[in-house]
Amino acid sequence: MNQTALLSRESFVELGARARAHALLDAGTFRELAGPFDGLTSPWLVRQGVVPQGDDGVIVARGKIGGQPAVVLAIEGAFQGGSLGEVGGAKIAGALERAADDNRRGIPTRAVILFETGGVRLQEANLGLAAIAEIHAAIVDLRRYQPVVGVIAGTVGCFGGMSIAAGLCTSLVVTREARLGLNGPAVIEQEAGIAEYDSRDRPFIWSFTGGEQRFATGLADRFVEDDCNIIRDTVAALVAQPPATPRSNQYDDYLRRLAGYDTGAQPEPATVRRLYAGDQQ
Amino acid sequence: MEQLRFEFPAGAPAPRRVLVGVVGSGDLEVMIEPGEAGKTAIDVTTSIDGYGRVWDAQLARVFNAGARAAMRIRIHDFGATPGVVGMRLAEAFEALAESKGDA
Repeated sequence: MNQTALLSRESFVELGARARAHALLDAGTFRELAGPFDGLTSPWLVRQGVVPQGDDGVIVARGKIGGQPAVVLAIEGAFQGGSLGEVGGAKIAGALERAADDNRRGIPTRAVILFETGGVRLQEANLGLAAIAEIHAAIVDLRRYQPVVGVIAGTVGCFGGMSIAAGLCTSLVVTREARLGLNGPAVIEQEAGIAEYDSRDRPFIWSFTGGEQRFATGLADRFVEDDCNIIRDTVAALVAQPPATPRSNQYDDYLRRLAGYDTGAQPEPATVRRLYAGDQQ
Repeated sequence: MEQLRFEFPAGAPAPRRVLVGVVGSGDLEVMIEPGEAGKTAIDVTTSIDGYGRVWDAQLARVFNAGARAAMRIRIHDFGATPGVVGMRLAEAFEALAESKGDA
Protein backbone atom coordinates (compact mmCIF):
# COMPACT_ATOMS: atom_id res chain seq x y z
CA MET A 1 0.00 0.00 0.00
CA ASN A 2 1.48 3.36 -0.94
CA GLN A 3 1.53 6.37 1.33
CA THR A 4 -1.47 8.13 -0.22
CA ALA A 5 -3.61 5.04 -0.01
CA LEU A 6 -2.50 4.48 3.57
CA LEU A 7 -3.35 8.02 4.62
CA SER A 8 -6.72 8.11 2.87
CA ARG A 9 -7.80 4.74 4.25
CA GLU A 10 -10.20 4.68 7.16
CA SER A 11 -9.19 1.90 9.53
CA PHE A 12 -11.93 -0.37 10.86
CA VAL A 13 -9.71 -1.99 13.50
CA GLU A 14 -9.08 1.38 15.14
CA LEU A 15 -12.80 2.13 15.57
CA GLY A 16 -14.65 1.46 18.80
CA ALA A 17 -17.58 -0.95 18.78
CA ARG A 18 -20.30 1.72 18.37
CA ALA A 19 -18.43 3.41 15.52
CA ARG A 20 -17.98 0.02 13.82
CA ALA A 21 -21.72 -0.59 13.94
CA HIS A 22 -22.29 2.90 12.49
CA ALA A 23 -19.80 2.14 9.72
CA LEU A 24 -21.59 -1.03 8.60
CA LEU A 25 -25.18 0.24 8.62
CA ASP A 26 -26.65 2.35 5.82
CA ALA A 27 -26.16 6.05 6.59
CA GLY A 28 -28.82 7.47 8.89
CA THR A 29 -30.38 4.13 9.84
CA PHE A 30 -28.45 3.42 13.08
CA ARG A 31 -30.75 2.98 16.08
CA GLU A 32 -29.35 1.59 19.30
CA LEU A 33 -31.40 -0.83 21.39
CA ALA A 34 -30.76 -1.58 25.06
CA GLY A 35 -28.32 1.32 25.07
CA PRO A 36 -25.92 2.68 27.66
CA PHE A 37 -28.54 4.86 29.38
CA ASP A 38 -31.09 2.06 29.73
CA GLY A 39 -29.74 0.82 33.04
CA LEU A 40 -28.47 -2.49 31.67
CA THR A 41 -25.07 -2.46 33.35
CA SER A 42 -23.52 -5.61 34.79
CA PRO A 43 -24.78 -6.07 38.36
CA TRP A 44 -21.80 -8.32 39.17
CA LEU A 45 -18.69 -6.32 38.34
CA VAL A 46 -18.93 -3.55 40.97
CA ARG A 47 -19.34 -6.04 43.81
CA GLN A 48 -16.12 -7.65 42.69
CA GLY A 49 -14.31 -4.33 42.51
CA VAL A 50 -14.34 -4.05 38.72
CA VAL A 51 -15.43 -0.81 37.01
CA PRO A 52 -18.47 -1.46 34.77
CA GLN A 53 -19.35 0.10 31.41
CA GLY A 54 -22.79 1.60 30.72
CA ASP A 55 -23.52 -0.72 27.78
CA ASP A 56 -21.66 -3.71 29.31
CA GLY A 57 -19.38 -3.71 26.26
CA VAL A 58 -22.05 -4.75 23.75
CA ILE A 59 -23.78 -2.49 21.23
CA VAL A 60 -27.05 -3.63 19.69
CA ALA A 61 -27.71 -1.55 16.59
CA ARG A 62 -30.78 -1.89 14.41
CA GLY A 63 -30.76 -0.38 10.96
CA LYS A 64 -30.46 -1.32 7.33
CA ILE A 65 -27.76 -2.84 5.18
CA GLY A 66 -28.29 -2.46 1.46
CA GLY A 67 -31.81 -1.24 2.24
CA GLN A 68 -32.72 -4.47 4.08
CA PRO A 69 -33.46 -4.69 7.82
CA ALA A 70 -30.41 -5.68 9.81
CA VAL A 71 -29.09 -5.86 13.32
CA VAL A 72 -25.41 -5.33 14.09
CA LEU A 73 -24.04 -6.70 17.36
CA ALA A 74 -20.71 -5.14 18.17
CA ILE A 75 -18.50 -6.23 21.06
CA GLU A 76 -16.16 -3.60 22.56
CA GLY A 77 -12.78 -5.29 22.84
CA ALA A 78 -11.26 -2.50 24.93
CA PHE A 79 -13.66 -3.15 27.83
CA GLN A 80 -12.62 -6.23 29.85
CA GLY A 81 -11.11 -7.85 26.76
CA GLY A 82 -14.52 -7.98 25.10
CA SER A 83 -15.58 -10.59 27.65
CA LEU A 84 -19.24 -11.57 27.72
CA GLY A 85 -21.18 -11.61 30.96
CA GLU A 86 -24.84 -11.92 31.79
CA VAL A 87 -26.01 -8.59 30.39
CA GLY A 88 -23.85 -8.29 27.27
CA GLY A 89 -24.53 -11.93 26.41
CA ALA A 90 -28.27 -11.49 26.87
CA LYS A 91 -28.21 -8.40 24.63
CA ILE A 92 -26.65 -10.40 21.78
CA ALA A 93 -28.81 -13.50 22.31
CA GLY A 94 -32.00 -11.43 22.64
CA ALA A 95 -31.26 -9.41 19.51
CA LEU A 96 -30.60 -12.59 17.48
CA GLU A 97 -33.76 -14.24 18.80
CA ARG A 98 -35.73 -11.16 17.90
CA ALA A 99 -34.25 -11.18 14.39
CA ALA A 100 -35.38 -14.80 13.97
CA ASP A 101 -38.86 -13.82 15.20
CA ASP A 102 -38.86 -10.98 12.65
CA ASN A 103 -38.23 -13.54 9.91
CA ARG A 104 -41.08 -15.74 11.11
CA ARG A 105 -43.32 -12.69 10.83
CA GLY A 106 -42.11 -11.89 7.34
CA ILE A 107 -39.48 -9.24 8.13
CA PRO A 108 -36.18 -10.40 6.58
CA THR A 109 -33.85 -9.17 9.36
CA ARG A 110 -30.27 -10.34 8.93
CA ALA A 111 -27.49 -10.15 11.52
CA VAL A 112 -23.85 -9.14 11.68
CA ILE A 113 -21.76 -9.96 14.74
CA LEU A 114 -18.52 -8.05 15.32
CA PHE A 115 -16.42 -10.40 17.41
CA GLU A 116 -13.74 -8.81 19.55
CA THR A 117 -13.76 -11.07 22.55
CA GLY A 118 -11.83 -13.40 24.79
CA GLY A 119 -15.05 -15.32 25.46
CA VAL A 120 -16.86 -15.67 28.74
CA ARG A 121 -16.29 -13.04 31.45
CA LEU A 122 -14.68 -14.97 34.27
CA GLN A 123 -16.25 -12.73 36.94
CA GLU A 124 -19.69 -13.79 35.74
CA ALA A 125 -18.80 -17.42 35.17
CA ASN A 126 -21.85 -19.62 34.58
CA LEU A 127 -24.11 -16.69 33.69
CA GLY A 128 -21.74 -15.79 30.87
CA LEU A 129 -21.48 -19.41 29.74
CA ALA A 130 -25.27 -19.74 29.71
CA ALA A 131 -25.57 -16.53 27.70
CA ILE A 132 -23.03 -17.77 25.16
CA ALA A 133 -24.95 -21.05 24.81
CA GLU A 134 -28.07 -18.96 24.10
CA ILE A 135 -26.12 -17.02 21.47
CA HIS A 136 -25.10 -20.30 19.79
CA ALA A 137 -28.71 -21.51 19.72
CA ALA A 138 -29.94 -18.16 18.41
CA ILE A 139 -27.38 -18.13 15.56
CA VAL A 140 -28.40 -21.64 14.51
CA ASP A 141 -32.05 -20.57 14.59
CA LEU A 142 -31.59 -17.33 12.65
CA ARG A 143 -29.24 -18.69 9.98
CA ARG A 144 -32.07 -20.88 8.67
CA TYR A 145 -33.76 -17.70 7.43
CA GLN A 146 -31.04 -15.14 6.82
CA PRO A 147 -27.25 -14.98 6.81
CA VAL A 148 -25.52 -14.38 10.12
CA VAL A 149 -22.23 -12.77 9.14
CA GLY A 150 -19.35 -12.72 11.61
CA VAL A 151 -16.51 -10.21 11.41
CA ILE A 152 -13.25 -10.57 13.32
CA ALA A 153 -11.29 -7.39 12.71
CA GLY A 154 -8.79 -7.44 15.58
CA THR A 155 -6.85 -6.76 17.60
CA VAL A 156 -8.40 -8.75 20.44
CA GLY A 157 -9.53 -11.58 18.18
CA CYS A 158 -12.16 -14.15 19.00
CA PHE A 159 -11.66 -16.90 21.56
CA GLY A 160 -13.43 -19.21 23.95
CA GLY A 161 -17.14 -19.89 23.61
CA MET A 162 -17.46 -17.02 21.17
CA SER A 163 -15.05 -18.75 18.76
CA ILE A 164 -17.74 -21.43 18.55
CA ALA A 165 -20.28 -18.67 17.81
CA ALA A 166 -17.96 -17.48 15.01
CA GLY A 167 -17.79 -21.05 13.70
CA LEU A 168 -21.59 -21.21 13.62
CA CYS A 169 -21.96 -18.08 11.49
CA THR A 170 -23.07 -18.44 7.89
CA SER A 171 -19.90 -16.71 6.81
CA LEU A 172 -16.90 -15.16 8.50
CA VAL A 173 -14.83 -12.11 7.51
CA VAL A 174 -11.31 -11.69 8.89
CA THR A 175 -8.44 -9.24 8.54
CA ARG A 176 -4.71 -9.83 8.95
CA GLU A 177 -4.99 -8.52 12.52
CA ALA A 178 -7.69 -11.03 13.44
CA ARG A 179 -7.14 -14.18 15.46
CA LEU A 180 -9.56 -17.04 15.91
CA GLY A 181 -9.08 -19.90 18.33
CA LEU A 182 -10.91 -21.89 20.97
CA ASN A 183 -8.20 -21.31 23.60
CA GLY A 184 -6.18 -18.14 23.75
CA PRO A 185 -2.38 -18.31 23.49
CA ALA A 186 -1.73 -17.74 27.21
CA VAL A 187 -4.08 -20.57 28.15
CA ILE A 188 -2.45 -23.00 25.69
CA GLU A 189 1.01 -22.07 26.95
CA GLN A 190 -0.10 -22.64 30.54
CA GLU A 191 -1.55 -26.05 29.73
CA ALA A 192 0.88 -27.35 27.10
CA GLY A 193 4.13 -25.66 28.16
CA ILE A 194 6.17 -22.87 26.62
CA ALA A 195 8.20 -25.34 24.51
CA GLU A 196 5.05 -26.21 22.58
CA TYR A 197 3.34 -22.82 22.47
CA ASP A 198 5.07 -19.54 23.33
CA SER A 199 2.31 -16.97 23.80
CA ARG A 200 4.78 -14.08 23.41
CA ASP A 201 5.96 -15.25 19.98
CA ARG A 202 3.54 -13.14 17.97
CA PRO A 203 4.53 -14.29 14.45
CA PHE A 204 4.12 -17.89 15.67
CA ILE A 205 0.69 -17.17 17.22
CA TRP A 206 -0.59 -15.40 14.11
CA SER A 207 0.83 -18.11 11.83
CA PHE A 208 -1.58 -20.59 13.43
CA THR A 209 -4.57 -18.52 14.57
CA GLY A 210 -4.25 -15.34 12.49
CA GLY A 211 -6.83 -14.26 9.92
CA GLU A 212 -4.65 -15.11 6.92
CA GLN A 213 -4.13 -18.69 8.12
CA ARG A 214 -7.78 -19.14 9.06
CA PHE A 215 -8.75 -18.02 5.57
CA ALA A 216 -6.18 -20.31 3.95
CA THR A 217 -7.49 -23.27 5.94
CA GLY A 218 -11.09 -22.54 4.96
CA LEU A 219 -12.25 -21.57 8.45
CA ALA A 220 -12.96 -18.01 7.27
CA ASP A 221 -14.66 -16.96 4.04
CA ARG A 222 -13.26 -13.52 3.28
CA PHE A 223 -9.81 -12.12 4.01
CA VAL A 224 -9.90 -8.33 3.76
CA GLU A 225 -7.79 -5.24 4.28
CA ASP A 226 -8.37 -3.19 7.41
CA ASP A 227 -10.45 -0.63 5.51
CA CYS A 228 -13.94 0.57 6.50
CA ASN A 229 -15.22 0.75 2.92
CA ILE A 230 -13.92 -2.70 1.99
CA ILE A 231 -15.35 -4.30 5.13
CA ARG A 232 -18.71 -2.52 4.67
CA ASP A 233 -18.96 -3.71 1.04
CA THR A 234 -17.86 -7.25 1.93
CA VAL A 235 -20.44 -7.52 4.73
CA ALA A 236 -23.17 -6.00 2.54
CA ALA A 237 -22.48 -8.59 -0.18
CA LEU A 238 -22.49 -11.50 2.30
CA VAL A 239 -25.74 -10.54 4.04
CA ALA A 240 -27.43 -10.30 0.64
CA GLN A 241 -26.57 -13.90 -0.30
CA PRO A 242 -29.18 -16.61 0.19
CA PRO A 243 -28.49 -18.86 3.20
CA ALA A 244 -25.91 -21.48 2.23
CA THR A 245 -24.98 -24.72 3.99
CA PRO A 246 -23.09 -23.54 7.07
CA ARG A 247 -19.52 -24.66 7.60
CA SER A 248 -20.45 -26.17 10.95
CA ASN A 249 -22.66 -28.72 9.15
CA GLN A 250 -19.48 -30.20 7.65
CA TYR A 251 -18.22 -31.38 11.02
CA ASP A 252 -17.96 -35.01 9.87
CA ASP A 253 -15.39 -34.03 7.27
CA TYR A 254 -13.37 -31.97 9.77
CA LEU A 255 -13.44 -34.73 12.37
CA ARG A 256 -12.22 -37.24 9.81
CA ARG A 257 -9.30 -35.00 8.87
CA LEU A 258 -8.34 -34.45 12.51
CA ALA A 259 -8.68 -38.15 13.34
CA GLY A 260 -6.27 -39.00 10.53
CA TYR A 261 -3.57 -36.59 11.74
CA ASP A 262 -0.54 -37.96 13.60
CA THR A 263 -0.18 -35.73 16.68
CA GLY A 264 3.29 -37.13 17.40
CA ALA A 265 4.83 -34.40 15.25
CA GLN A 266 4.57 -30.66 15.98
CA PRO A 267 2.48 -29.20 13.12
CA GLU A 268 3.64 -26.26 11.04
CA PRO A 269 1.14 -23.71 9.66
CA ALA A 270 1.61 -25.33 6.24
CA THR A 271 0.72 -28.73 7.73
CA VAL A 272 -2.60 -27.33 8.91
CA ARG A 273 -3.28 -25.78 5.51
CA ARG A 274 -2.70 -29.15 3.82
CA LEU A 275 -4.84 -30.93 6.40
CA TYR A 276 -7.81 -28.55 6.12
CA ALA A 277 -7.56 -27.30 2.57
CA GLY A 278 -7.09 -30.68 0.90
CA ASP A 279 -9.76 -32.33 -1.21
CA GLN A 280 -12.97 -33.08 0.59
CA GLN A 281 -13.29 -36.81 0.99
CA MET B 1 -12.09 0.26 42.98
CA GLU B 2 -13.47 3.41 44.59
CA GLN B 3 -16.76 5.29 44.20
CA LEU B 4 -16.84 9.05 44.69
CA ARG B 5 -19.59 11.64 44.47
CA PHE B 6 -19.31 15.33 43.70
CA GLU B 7 -21.87 18.10 43.39
CA PHE B 8 -21.56 21.53 41.81
CA PRO B 9 -23.99 24.41 41.28
CA ALA B 10 -25.34 24.59 37.72
CA GLY B 11 -27.94 26.26 35.50
CA ALA B 12 -30.86 24.80 33.56
CA PRO B 13 -30.91 21.08 32.71
CA ALA B 14 -28.65 19.93 29.87
CA PRO B 15 -30.49 19.51 26.57
CA ARG B 16 -29.61 15.89 25.81
CA ARG B 17 -27.68 12.78 26.74
CA VAL B 18 -24.10 12.24 25.69
CA LEU B 19 -21.73 9.30 25.89
CA VAL B 20 -18.02 9.46 25.14
CA GLY B 21 -15.07 7.20 25.82
CA VAL B 22 -14.61 3.58 26.76
CA VAL B 23 -13.77 1.76 29.99
CA GLY B 24 -10.46 0.55 28.57
CA SER B 25 -6.94 0.66 29.94
CA GLY B 26 -5.91 4.26 30.70
CA ASP B 27 -9.26 5.56 29.46
CA LEU B 28 -12.69 6.35 30.85
CA GLU B 29 -16.34 6.61 29.90
CA VAL B 30 -18.30 9.80 30.53
CA MET B 31 -22.10 9.50 30.53
CA ILE B 32 -24.07 12.73 30.72
CA GLU B 33 -27.82 13.07 31.21
CA PRO B 34 -29.95 16.13 31.94
CA GLY B 35 -29.83 16.85 35.68
CA GLU B 36 -32.21 18.57 38.05
CA ALA B 37 -32.09 22.34 37.57
CA GLY B 38 -29.40 24.13 39.57
CA LYS B 39 -27.21 21.16 40.34
CA THR B 40 -24.69 18.91 38.63
CA ALA B 41 -24.07 15.59 40.36
CA ILE B 42 -21.09 13.49 39.36
CA ASP B 43 -20.64 9.86 40.31
CA VAL B 44 -17.15 8.58 39.70
CA THR B 45 -16.33 4.88 39.73
CA THR B 46 -12.59 4.47 39.37
CA SER B 47 -10.34 1.41 39.34
CA ILE B 48 -7.58 3.39 41.09
CA ASP B 49 -7.99 3.93 44.83
CA GLY B 50 -6.81 6.96 46.78
CA TYR B 51 -7.15 9.71 44.19
CA GLY B 52 -10.26 11.40 45.62
CA ARG B 53 -8.43 14.70 46.12
CA VAL B 54 -7.13 14.70 42.57
CA TRP B 55 -10.64 14.08 41.20
CA ASP B 56 -12.01 16.80 43.50
CA ALA B 57 -9.40 19.30 42.36
CA GLN B 58 -9.85 18.57 38.67
CA LEU B 59 -13.65 18.47 38.65
CA ALA B 60 -13.87 21.61 40.84
CA ARG B 61 -11.65 23.47 38.38
CA VAL B 62 -13.80 22.39 35.43
CA PHE B 63 -17.25 22.88 36.99
CA ASN B 64 -16.54 26.01 39.02
CA ALA B 65 -14.94 27.77 36.05
CA GLY B 66 -18.20 29.05 34.60
CA ALA B 67 -21.92 28.44 34.41
CA ARG B 68 -22.74 25.04 32.94
CA ALA B 69 -25.99 23.20 32.33
CA ALA B 70 -27.27 20.92 35.09
CA MET B 71 -26.15 17.39 34.46
CA ARG B 72 -26.18 13.97 35.99
CA ILE B 73 -22.75 12.63 35.13
CA ARG B 74 -21.44 9.13 35.54
CA ILE B 75 -17.75 8.54 35.05
CA HIS B 76 -16.43 4.99 34.73
CA ASP B 77 -12.66 5.32 34.96
CA PHE B 78 -10.11 2.64 34.16
CA GLY B 79 -6.93 4.38 35.21
CA ALA B 80 -7.04 7.49 33.03
CA THR B 81 -4.55 10.26 33.80
CA PRO B 82 -5.95 13.74 34.61
CA GLY B 83 -4.96 14.76 31.08
CA VAL B 84 -7.13 12.05 29.54
CA VAL B 85 -9.97 12.89 31.95
CA GLY B 86 -9.78 16.53 30.85
CA MET B 87 -9.88 15.59 27.16
CA ARG B 88 -12.84 13.24 27.60
CA LEU B 89 -14.78 15.90 29.52
CA ALA B 90 -14.01 18.45 26.81
CA GLU B 91 -15.15 15.94 24.17
CA ALA B 92 -18.39 15.33 26.10
CA PHE B 93 -19.11 19.07 26.46
CA GLU B 94 -18.45 19.54 22.75
CA ALA B 95 -20.90 16.73 21.91
CA LEU B 96 -23.43 18.29 24.30
CA ALA B 97 -23.14 21.59 22.46
CA GLU B 98 -23.72 20.04 19.04
CA SER B 99 -27.21 20.34 17.66
CA LYS B 100 -27.65 16.66 16.83
CA GLY B 101 -28.04 13.56 18.67
CA ASP B 102 -27.99 11.42 21.54
CA ALA B 103 -25.55 8.63 22.07
